[in-house]
Amino acid sequence: MNAVLLTLLAVVTIAVVRQRSLFGVVVLTIIYSFLMASVLIVLDAVDVAMTEASVGAGISTVILLATLHLIKTTEMRPVRARLLPLFVAAGTGAVLVWGTLVLPPFGTADAAIHRHVVPRYLAETIKETNVPNVVTAVLADYRSYDTLGETTVIFTAGIGVMLLLGGARHRGNADKENASK
Amino acid sequence: MSLDLILRVGTKLILPFILLFALYVQFHGEFGPGGGFQAGVITAGMVVLVAITFGLEAARRIAPQALVDRMVPLGALIYAGTGVVGLLLGENYLDYSVLAHDSAHGHELGIFLVEAGVLITVAGTMTALFYTFVERGR
Repeated sequence: MNAVLLTLLAVVTIAVVRQRSLFGVVVLTIIYSFLMASVLIVLDAVDVAMTEASVGAGISTVILLATLHLIKTTEMRPVRARLLPLFVAAGTGAVLVWGTLVLPPFGTADAAIHRHVVPRYLAETIKETNVPNVVTAVLADYRSYDTLGETTVIFTAGIGVMLLLGGARHRGNADKENASK
Repeated sequence: MSLDLILRVGTKLILPFILLFALYVQFHGEFGPGGGFQAGVITAGMVVLVAITFGLEAARRIAPQALVDRMVPLGALIYAGTGVVGLLLGENYLDYSVLAHDSAHGHELGIFLVEAGVLITVAGTMTALFYTFVERGR
């Protein structure tokens, strides 16, 4: 199951890189998001899978399509072959793979991350918070500062886009109105 | 107009269920997968569906621009305010144990409040982003 999903992910990634039509790229990223959601379900991370399906395949697709409406829909060919980015990407990938070599084997119960605070969360969550879903309890209670930060990031991103795109429109309209007077 | 009859009727049929599912994801997030982020995106998705099928004006009747603009900071304020309440009641910032008569219920209430804040900010921001991009393309 994992091998099939990961192979499909690799195939879709290569297709995204080779595809020149940006509309095609958007469609491929939908497939990528759903594959990624499936991978996360296999990993038992249902909350994250749900986010990936709704954000990755849903809202970001809509926003990407709305962006395509504003710009040209065909990616320009690079002027010359870029070897340096290839080396940087390959080098970073190699370092990341090298880093996974020292990680504990996948799914090990006594890995460091499972011995620190996780047993306490699993044992005490219902008693301390009345919330049976440990993921929600960790997200909104034990790690509440992180989630506050995430909410602030979304808030900031929204305000930023509204100021950059919406603000320009309002100013443009005001200029036109001033010019016509 | 007549060619997209099935689309229009189908969208109308499915809208209440999308909203119900968003609310389920929000309020059942304490028991099953889900929470404010996912529910917010599903709610925004409903507005997007209305805009795609019936046009931007119809979507604006459901989610007016003024409401959406206010939702973006409101959710973050609810979240941060929950933390301040804990601070005022003599505990650490974002410590929910003092929000109710006993600690566990306080935590339950605190989680409910911050998830509501996340829902409002995420739904508002996603809808506002969609409106901004679509308006820009006009």
